[in-house]
Amino acid sequence: MKANCFAGRNTVEVRDVPDPRILNARDAIVRVSSTAICGSDLHLLDGYIPTVKRGDILGHEFMGEVVEVGPAVTKLKAGDRVVVPFPIACGACFACEADLYSLCENSNPNAGMAEKLMGHSPAGIFGYSHMLGGFAGGQAEYARVPFADVGPIKIEDDLPDEKVLFLSDVLPTGFMGADMCDIKPGDTIAVWGAGAVGLLAVASAFLLGAERVICVDRYGYRLRKAQGLGAEVLDYSQADVLDALRDMTGGRGPDACVDAVGMEAHHPTPAMYAYDRAKQATRLETDRPYALREAIMACRNGGVVSVIGVYGGMVDKFPMGSVMNRSLTIRTGQCHVQRYLEPLLGRIREGAIDPSLVVSHTLPLADAPRAFEMFKHKQDECTKVVLKP
Amino acid sequence: MHTDKYARALGWVSLALGAAQLTMPRTITRLSGLDDAPAAATITRLVGGRELLHAAMLLGGRSPAQWAWTRVAGDTMDLALLGGAMRNREGARRRRAGAALAVVSALTALDTVCAAGARRRPQGPAEVRASITVNRPRDEVYRFWRDLENLPAFMIHLESVRELDERRSRWQAKGLVWEAEITDERAGEHLVWGSARGSGVEAGGAVTFTDGPGGRGTVVDVVLRFGMPGGVLGAAVARLIGEHPEQQIRDDLRRFKQIMETGEVLRSEGSPEGTYAVRQRGQRPAQPVGGRP
Repeated sequence: MKANCFAGRNTVEVRDVPDPRILNARDAIVRVSSTAICGSDLHLLDGYIPTVKRGDILGHEFMGEVVEVGPAVTKLKAGDRVVVPFPIACGACFACEADLYSLCENSNPNAGMAEKLMGHSPAGIFGYSHMLGGFAGGQAEYARVPFADVGPIKIEDDLPDEKVLFLSDVLPTGFMGADMCDIKPGDTIAVWGAGAVGLLAVASAFLLGAERVICVDRYGYRLRKAQGLGAEVLDYSQADVLDALRDMTGGRGPDACVDAVGMEAHHPTPAMYAYDRAKQATRLETDRPYALREAIMACRNGGVVSVIGVYGGMVDKFPMGSVMNRSLTIRTGQCHVQRYLEPLLGRIREGAIDPSLVVSHTLPLADAPRAFEMFKHKQDECTKVVLKP
Repeated sequence: MHTDKYARALGWVSLALGAAQLTMPRTITRLSGLDDAPAAATITRLVGGRELLHAAMLLGGRSPAQWAWTRVAGDTMDLALLGGAMRNREGARRRRAGAALAVVSALTALDTVCAAGARRRPQGPAEVRASITVNRPRDEVYRFWRDLENLPAFMIHLESVRELDERRSRWQAKGLVWEAEITDERAGEHLVWGSARGSGVEAGGAVTFTDGPGGRGTVVDVVLRFGMPGGVLGAAVARLIGEHPEQQIRDDLRRFKQIMETGEVLRSEGSPEGTYAVRQRGQRPAQPVGGRP
């Protein structure tokens, strides 16, 4: 089959690879109908996530038709149309029982590697490094899905792929970003990043009752999408974000701040950017946490900083004094997608949210290298690429 | 341990000496009466670098005493250098070289005592422990483990275990076959086993099962003892190639947990054998294994 593989830093290649096989009794094989490139795939492309190997099939946002199931799978059969959540979860461990699916204790065969970097291991993730399992990803014609009874959600109506595909990651991730803000009537939520996750966090914050949402980015076309959802916007290359947020919120700061940017943030001051960029390039720190630092400094006293942008390892100059002295709550995590699948599918069905608004391009799988290039460099007003195998 | 503290003190001596030799080699050569030799400053710097290596080994390691012998080797070299230098010199320089020789001899004595102390340490079989919480009732978890023939399903280095009777069993791993015996057992709580006398293999273990707090499954605590082929050196080599015993036993327990909670050991394309220390180092690319039959 054809699959999009990591081929070294800044390079992906569509290669011919063997078709996947059932390896465990609870596996299913899915013929992929749509798959997307995630902003977090760019961290892999740029070489900032450790333990990615040449030849790894990328992609953790995918859906399709079940073509084969292992002997222990009871809830799915060949022909079912499913969306597959990006974290792999067994459904039986302590974490899964607590609805913390992205922390499944049984789904990372390389838990020992993750422990060395992070202390304990989170769940395995499709196509997202060997430290997170070494699972082949979904940017391919077929994908193997472990624990097929637990993760995939069946789509039994005629909703098009573009509306349900993002149940795999960016919709629930954006939703969890807003959910963690504990939104109360009258709250103002600030969201850093107007990419797919940020935009869906904006929409989710309104859905959960936010009075106002302010979105921070530097790309006009993305900010216009946020505006279209009802958000006020801030271009950080034009305005001082901390001052502006203070002025916009009666001097108090947003009630909660969502970091939907993560480890490769940018900074408007070249010297500040160069400082962390140089440390990242020499691996003195793995992550450039500008958005996170700013979200912490901006948040009102006693507020929540909700981190859904991906971080890989270590950050420097972390304003812990601000967090501690101002009673901030930091909430974070890879999204526990399985927890949100049913309720969000319901919201899509009733028309309360339409995640297909993030799609800017639909291309054949063979164009994956061009799509990565375009997405990385924000060419042609790119916000989200859907690939069709 | 006492010897380790002693060894660490020697590490600080190495650090001070090495720093002095590197930063002011000429002062050192003058003090030891060698300042007339053209290569003396260079040699002193080299010796200083070596001292820093001793310091790194003695100050950086968790059990520094085992490295004290490297200082003894260094001392021997210094004694030879200084001895040779003293023989070729006269007058004040000869006296200074003699004094330096006396200082180094004293240090040599201290180092030898330390190295000898480290050697006397008992060299029993290696012992590793690990702990995991399994989200299943204690009786079920115990029963699976008590059926020793299940062990190879999650202890990757075991090829087979055959039960001979209630207490005795025959184990096979890496071309070795030995007989083991259950030496203590409290149903549902505790199991201790060891290789039988005269079996030629030194291996055994103990596992304890307790209820997790607040009904959170079963806590499994394991201690394994095994004689490492090749002793300490064998263990170090094994670590280098990824056979880290601590990680091995943790991986064994992860597989045990996976079987108890999900029915089998989970495989990925990068780790098709499932959780396995050596494979975690040498991953396949995350691409389907083989082809569709």
